[in-house]
Amino acid sequence: MRQSRALEIWVGAFVAAGLAALLMLAMKVSNITSYAQGDGYRISAAFENIGGLTVRAPVRIAGVRIGRVSDIQYDSESFQAVVTMRIDSRYDFLPADTSASILTDGLLGENYIGLEPGGEEETLGDGDRIEITQSALVLEKLIGQFLFSRSQGDDQ
Amino acid sequence: MIALTLQRMGRWALERLERLGRSNLFLLHVVPGLPGLLARPGLVVQQTFAIGVLSLPIVVVAGLFVGMVLALQLYNTMVDFGAEQSLGPVVALSLVRELGPVVTALLFAGRAGSALAAEIGLMKATEQLSSMEMMAVDPLRRIVAPRLAGGIISLPLLSAIFSAVGISGGFLVATGLLGVDSNAYWSQMRANVDLFDDLANGVIKSVVFGVVVTWIAVFEGYDAAPTSEGVARATTRTVVNSSLAVLGLDFILTALMFGDDT
Amino acid sequence: MADGSSLVEIRGLRFAYSGRTIFDGIDIDIRRGGVTAIMGPSGTGKTTLLRLIGGQEQPASGSVRVDGMEVSRLSRRQLYELRKRMGMLFQSGALLTDLSVFDNVAFPLREHTRLPEEMIRDLVLIKLQAVGLRGARDLMPAALSGGMARRVALARAIALDPMVIMYDEPFSGQDPISMGVLVKLIREINDALGMTTIIVSHDVHETAAIADYLYLLSEGRVVEHGTPDELQRAGSRWTRQFLNGLPDGPVPFHYPAPEFGVELLEPGSSR
Ligand SMILES: Nc1ncnc2c1ncn2[C@@H]1O[C@H](COP(=O)(O)OP(=O)(O)OP(=O)(O)O)[C@@H](O)[C@H]1O
Ligand SMILES: [Mg+2]
Repeated sequence: MRQSRALEIWVGAFVAAGLAALLMLAMKVSNITSYAQGDGYRISAAFENIGGLTVRAPVRIAGVRIGRVSDIQYDSESFQAVVTMRIDSRYDFLPADTSASILTDGLLGENYIGLEPGGEEETLGDGDRIEITQSALVLEKLIGQFLFSRSQGDDQ
Repeated sequence: MIALTLQRMGRWALERLERLGRSNLFLLHVVPGLPGLLARPGLVVQQTFAIGVLSLPIVVVAGLFVGMVLALQLYNTMVDFGAEQSLGPVVALSLVRELGPVVTALLFAGRAGSALAAEIGLMKATEQLSSMEMMAVDPLRRIVAPRLAGGIISLPLLSAIFSAVGISGGFLVATGLLGVDSNAYWSQMRANVDLFDDLANGVIKSVVFGVVVTWIAVFEGYDAAPTSEGVARATTRTVVNSSLAVLGLDFILTALMFGDDT
Repeated sequence: MADGSSLVEIRGLRFAYSGRTIFDGIDIDIRRGGVTAIMGPSGTGKTTLLRLIGGQEQPASGSVRVDGMEVSRLSRRQLYELRKRMGMLFQSGALLTDLSVFDNVAFPLREHTRLPEEMIRDLVLIKLQAVGLRGARDLMPAALSGGMARRVALARAIALDPMVIMYDEPFSGQDPISMGVLVKLIREINDALGMTTIIVSHDVHETAAIADYLYLLSEGRVVEHGTPDELQRAGSRWTRQFLNGLPDGPVPFHYPAPEFGVELLEPGSSR
């Protein structure tokens, strides 16, 4: 019990180092910032087919990540997938006629939502819906369409 | 002949089950002693030193090298696919999800678990535990509980340090040796490592491993035959059983945590 | 010395280690305030008897009562309360190897009392002075000789001034001088503090000199009991052989085994 002071200092330093490591992992390594900025706004878009899109997939404009997919629901009335995105609040200039499409990062990469700004003065706000959407390119469908049009072309 | 083999297998299985039962009972007796430790933090501090601080050097060195080797190996593969920009996230995900908790737990079992088992086993062999009981001091509370607490505190912290050091080691190799852009390393990482899905799950794993490895170590020590051979067997058992437990649990936890998404 | 009533009362005690009978129905009374010695050949179960009194082993049948309480029926908490009033000197000393001599003696005080550190220091030094090891207080147990370690353990056993103290072989490994001091010390502690003492020992003369009452155990039974004088005068052949340390007689020196000659002639019977 005599060397307890040095011991306590060591243990204190150890616990501090462990917590510092956790903090570094959270701040520098993980996406905590995207959770921290909870003050962004939400917009939604309906798609015929979302392919392999998942919650937390990035939302990009001109290749820059401006938000993430926060929710995906199936609307049984319109038979469409409704995707909700959270957009960082500093990107509040999206024109109302912005279009959304589901794209793929590289040939085999993850799906993300690409936004294409339109020309209107009015901008999108919290809860608004993007009207112009383009579904994911599903490879099987593409091939199917390609073969179909080929065979029709042959007929004529 | 076949009957004999079956009988042996049956006996083996029954013995395992019996040990498992005993270790559960043991834990049941130790856990009520944990809250009492709040009144005597000195005991836990002492054990956190012996278990955690003294395991720090090996964990830091191992973390550094694992991170550096990971970066080198992955880069060589990824560069063929033009994906070297993703080096950061891949290194970070491997460490945070798997290697950090698992490798640290394995090192911990070898470094701290074996020492715990040997210490407690030897205390038993030299009648120190008996004499404590006769002094009306419950060894489960005075000896076992602080060690269990120290281990449960130490392993998650050690795992975090391992991962952080490993990611930094990977960074050194990636930017210094391989010429990956340092901004890309960090920003790609931040874009792909999720606070909850990856980091928090990794931390949960290391907490589970901390409980299991320390539990096995103190149980084996306490359950050791009070002879030098008994202590030696307890030490070996600790390392073997806790390593197997870590690997098995890791598979189960991974399946539970990361199974449904991605 | 003894005021008649029994502090420890053992009736019809039976006990076995994995099938091997150690006690086969013994009755023992330890008188309050007296020094009672338990003697018997090595391996008869004297240490086991102390462990039964301390509640570390459970009797197969029969009863062990300490201060009116049936030890095997006590709840954990009651047992620990009882043990606070018992001191035990282990045959091996059993010092805590990661604590210094001082901290070992202070251990029960620190665990069970809230005394200020200065008072603990004084108490510890008094106990260490009594066993002649005040100067060794900063040594670690590994740096002690066997006899010294046992004396430290003795100081630790009396640290809380218990109601009953059990010594398992306190004299073995002591030189004649410290042996003499210890014999006197044990008697003095007993009388000054009004304790009850149970002493297990092979040192016939020393033990007979301080014991008020002797029990001789052999092969699971009480062979004889009485005051030292009675046993010396009126004891059986067995008793006299044991007390005088004669090699030949009814007391077996060997652990039970088949006849030596028979075993030597049997070809490869064991292993
Ligand atoms: N844990 C145990 N398991 C099985 N048998 C034991 C155990 N402990 C002691 N024994 C046996 O019980 C018998 C009595 O042991 P005990 O230690 O009580 O003897 P003792 O009278 O104290 O002998 P000594 O005078 O040599 O110290 C011995 O024959 C020993 O072989
Ligand atoms: Mg003995």
